[in-house]
Amino acid sequence: MKRKRLTQDVFVNILFHLIAVIMILMVIYPLWFVIIASFSNPADVASGKVWIWPKVIDVRGYQKLFEQSQIWKSYLNTIIYTLVGTFVALIVNISAGYAMSRKDMPGRRWINLFYVIPMFVNGGLIPTYLVVKGFGLLDSFWVMVIPFSVSTYNIIVARTFFESSLPESLWEAAQIDGCSTLRYFFSFAVPLSKAVIAVVGLWTAVGLWNSWFNALIYLQNENLIPLQLLLRRILIANESLLGAATGTMAQELRQLSDMMKYGSIVVSTLPIMMLYPFLQKYFNQGVMIGAVKG
Amino acid sequence: MNKKRNKLLPNLKKSYQLFLLLLPSAVLLFCFAYLPMVGIIIAFQNYSPALGITGSQFVGFKNFIQYFNSYQFGVTIKNTLVLSLYSILVGFPLPILLALMCNQMKTKMFKKVFQVITYLPHFISTMVMCGLILIFLSPSSGLFANLFKLFGAEFPNLMASASAFKHVYVWSDIWQHLGWDSIIYLAALAGIDPTYYEAATVDGASTLQKIKYIDIPMILPTAMVLLILRAGSILGIGFEKVFLLQNVQNIMSSEIISTYVYKMGMQSMQYSLSTAIGLFNTVVNLVVLLMVNFFARKTTESSLF
Repeated sequence: MKRKRLTQDVFVNILFHLIAVIMILMVIYPLWFVIIASFSNPADVASGKVWIWPKVIDVRGYQKLFEQSQIWKSYLNTIIYTLVGTFVALIVNISAGYAMSRKDMPGRRWINLFYVIPMFVNGGLIPTYLVVKGFGLLDSFWVMVIPFSVSTYNIIVARTFFESSLPESLWEAAQIDGCSTLRYFFSFAVPLSKAVIAVVGLWTAVGLWNSWFNALIYLQNENLIPLQLLLRRILIANESLLGAATGTMAQELRQLSDMMKYGSIVVSTLPIMMLYPFLQKYFNQGVMIGAVKG
Repeated sequence: MNKKRNKLLPNLKKSYQLFLLLLPSAVLLFCFAYLPMVGIIIAFQNYSPALGITGSQFVGFKNFIQYFNSYQFGVTIKNTLVLSLYSILVGFPLPILLALMCNQMKTKMFKKVFQVITYLPHFISTMVMCGLILIFLSPSSGLFANLFKLFGAEFPNLMASASAFKHVYVWSDIWQHLGWDSIIYLAALAGIDPTYYEAATVDGASTLQKIKYIDIPMILPTAMVLLILRAGSILGIGFEKVFLLQNVQNIMSSEIISTYVYKMGMQSMQYSLSTAIGLFNTVVNLVVLLMVNFFARKTTESSLF
């Protein structure tokens, strides 16, 4: 009886690891393929000659990509939106999270309700658009970083963190020494909560880097377009940034734009992928903090 | 009454700095979440930008009736439900299975690598993900087409097929988010008292028995809450991915409520109709969420509120 169980356990263990290995390959291979395809001759890729390693290294895709001034411009835009947007979101959400963590906040329940309702009810696309338009924010830099920076979810994460890891006695002691709420927030609460600031900041930054919906709705100006919207033209609308051509030129041009597709995926995703292994710890923490509440 | 106010006033004085900390987020929420809710009025109007909200003609439920009577009503509801239910059907149990499996892995190092890698695709943007789908599924030069060619088979043009759209949508989502979605269950599993397993081992329980009698009952409450949340957004399937994968050939199964709202509003400039459809969507979502929550509380004691 015992023996049978042991062999069953061994079998289950092997099965689990086998499934895991297959899953790892299924996740890694497509990503790896994009990288090698971006460095390969487009004809080789199209005809299925590239599988594990480029047949010949060919960087024309990247060359053409970097020749486009649009890429540089939108890349820079995305970097600025991400940096400024994360900064704004941190100020807005962390301070709200702290205020809501304080037991002596008057009307705590009502304030809570005020913040939670928008999670379930919203005005919808057009009413929101009209409000943004009414504020004169259409086609402006600020629409990307300020109006939608409040995240109730992140506020709850911050609040939970402050409630569970800032001892109330610290505030009481500071209060006796004549410390005001603002002073306490900036010189004690913020420095002691680097973990939650990192979590909220990283989530916000990744979200901003990857976002394009607001840009689609609120931006027309070419100079303000973020990277992800430019990718839409390259990847989804299949627009060639290289212009039109005919005959044999057209064939080559099509293959070059295919290369640019792979290249643009690599270039736009690289920053997050490079940071990811180092940040993984923080991302997980965020889910845990959120889960305590959720 | 008077006494109460007297107590409140010094209280406010003492805590005005707390309100100062709340101010930025409260103002933004008021302007960009609550003011648009007022704008919902235009769903009941024949809104024209020139006349504004105050000047436009009130038409009652005309816009809703127009939507309910339109051909697009059935199509968008059906497509939204199909994608949503299919997503739940596959996307709800698989992360649980993955977490159960991952939790039983004895080799720490391997487990770690497995987790890091399966979480990775979650951070790819929707835009890039859709780009990847289009490139890989290309019938002439895509990865799948070339793979099929190796075996002498023809790869169908999935993006041009209305019936394949749901599969492409759901399974690519699984590829991207399966690992990440399992984190929350892994966290719940990590909280299990190790003495349970020790006792089970002493009693001669096999791995599968431990999963069945310890792990599954322990993560059931978490699973329930997540299921409620998912069911609550049953008509709220994400706009971005469907919108990007949509094309003329698969539109019959890829036009969902949110993409239709976008088209009516931003492209056809039918502000009132678009808002009415959006409002209908929000209301149905809310009702479903409350119903599922009520039902869950009655039957399993785990609920959101």
